[in-house]
Amino acid sequence: MTAADSQGLKQRGRSPFSRGGRAAIVAWAFILPAFAFYTVFVLVPVAMSIYYSTLRWDGIGKAQFRGLSNYLVVLTESDFLQILGNAFQLVAYFTIIPVAIGLGVASTIRNHLGGRFGATARTVLFIPQVIPLVAAGIAWSWMLASNGVVNQVLQLIGLGGITRGWLGDFDFALPAVGLIGAWVLLGLCTMLLVTGIARIDPSLYEAAKIDGASPWDEFRWITLPGLRQEIGVCVTVTVIAALASFDIVYIATGGGPGIQTTVPGLEIYRLAFAHRQVGLASALAVVLMLLVIVCVLPIQWLTRQQK
Amino acid sequence: MTDAAAAPNSDRRYSAKALPFGTIGARTILVGLMVVTLMPFVTMFSAALAPSGTYPPGLQWPADPQWRNFIDAFQSAHMDRLLLSSSIIAACVVPVSVLIGTMAGFGIAKLAPSGSKVVYLLFVLGLTLPFEGIITPLYYEVRALGFLNTKLAIILPLIGLYMPFSVYWMRAHFVNVPDEMGEAAEIDGASAWQQFWSVQIPIARPAIMSLAILQFLWTWNQFLLPIVLVEIPLERTMAGALGAFQGQWGTNIPLLCAGSLIIIAPVVILFLIFQKQFVAALLQGAVKG
Repeated sequence: MTAADSQGLKQRGRSPFSRGGRAAIVAWAFILPAFAFYTVFVLVPVAMSIYYSTLRWDGIGKAQFRGLSNYLVVLTESDFLQILGNAFQLVAYFTIIPVAIGLGVASTIRNHLGGRFGATARTVLFIPQVIPLVAAGIAWSWMLASNGVVNQVLQLIGLGGITRGWLGDFDFALPAVGLIGAWVLLGLCTMLLVTGIARIDPSLYEAAKIDGASPWDEFRWITLPGLRQEIGVCVTVTVIAALASFDIVYIATGGGPGIQTTVPGLEIYRLAFAHRQVGLASALAVVLMLLVIVCVLPIQWLTRQQK
Repeated sequence: MTDAAAAPNSDRRYSAKALPFGTIGARTILVGLMVVTLMPFVTMFSAALAPSGTYPPGLQWPADPQWRNFIDAFQSAHMDRLLLSSSIIAACVVPVSVLIGTMAGFGIAKLAPSGSKVVYLLFVLGLTLPFEGIITPLYYEVRALGFLNTKLAIILPLIGLYMPFSVYWMRAHFVNVPDEMGEAAEIDGASAWQQFWSVQIPIARPAIMSLAILQFLWTWNQFLLPIVLVEIPLERTMAGALGAFQGQWGTNIPLLCAGSLIIIAPVVILFLIFQKQFVAALLQGAVKG
């Protein structure tokens, strides 16, 4: 990206259109429609979110200015801390499972994705990416139901004792939701890593073989560094999916039991539209927006450098 | 990034003995992953064929498959109207968003008027924005504008929400197009607008195609905006209506599963027809987004 950027800068000086007057008006005419939509439906709402977050407002009557007290509630009250904590626990499932399995698969099947079998595998693994997340939520609610496939399999392998309605279980509901997200993201991460590993120079592996490197050495010193950028992409995409999750939770558990699976996105929706606490909802919204940026920036910075 | 799509097809296979496992091992792993991926659909299908209103076991071929459930689900959810509504929404959002995103990407990369750098930075800041972050003010804004409960309540905000990605994506394309292309057209006396349409758009076709596919998927599967901004399920997207359908039929597993499969079907069929383009778009989209 950086090479392209500096190229763009160099070109700018020579660009015949950049010299003032009429040319500038024409140039802005290209940019303005997009910027107008963006301003009206994103920038203004972001500003309004920040403004609402300082109010106590039920959405109908008169609003009272409350300063930063909504933030104090969001960042100190135990329910809110649990909700924010749930989002981070989901990161563990949404991110670690797909990336770990994807890395395992990629380094195992290196370059074996050619031919008709590879094409079929690719197609199948991508299906979760094209269906609505709510459909994934419904399908998995059924998979994880008390007489669903997951319990059938457990019974089959002699683990009948631990079967339960997973999504209604106080301890297992959040991991179960995490599993749904992992299923959705698994194919994308696997394919990203498999295409990434295909681009690593095969002579590196051959040289390692000659030097008597173990499979672990190959993984540690060739595969991991070679896949740095792809891993960065997987982590970024999955972390955002976890922190901003809404659809799956809404459908699969509605945030329950209790608030065991409530995530910030769902709580914003409930506070704003069911409990009419617009100020509190907006404070949580601002916290969520910042949280995503704060989590994504270091990942980008770590994985994009030197590339 | 174009090689991402091409690499898997180039079929550069190295000798099997250089691999930790042989071909058989690799295929076994992939088959396992495919089974896990497909299982939720298989179990929904098996449940959808059970007698309506019963609580079937997760996986079992029913003695007397009830194909009627699909017809009942289709009719009770008014799938024909949902398909139409979803199609109208996508047909409004995608072309507008792609067109103005491409124009802005071109403007920022090639025309670069002073100040466009700041505007570009503002777009980039929106790339990671979770929709929940602005859904509350969006509701009040859309209500003030008078579109609440109409398709416009989904269409217009979505176009705005897609701008960061559209502009980022198209700028990344145009930055890599050599300047000589435009300069040649300029010597011929072409205006910026003519250059854009007759020189730049044709070269940008693959990037535009991928962008259109991604935005179609995001629109078709959009859930939060429809459930907040449109009360009538029949005016929503398919995904939004699925939420209402679950509320209505949540206890009738066979009908719910049949309905969900019908709602999934159009996008899966499209995916199977255009799989190469979809896979390329999704892989590139992840990398650039």
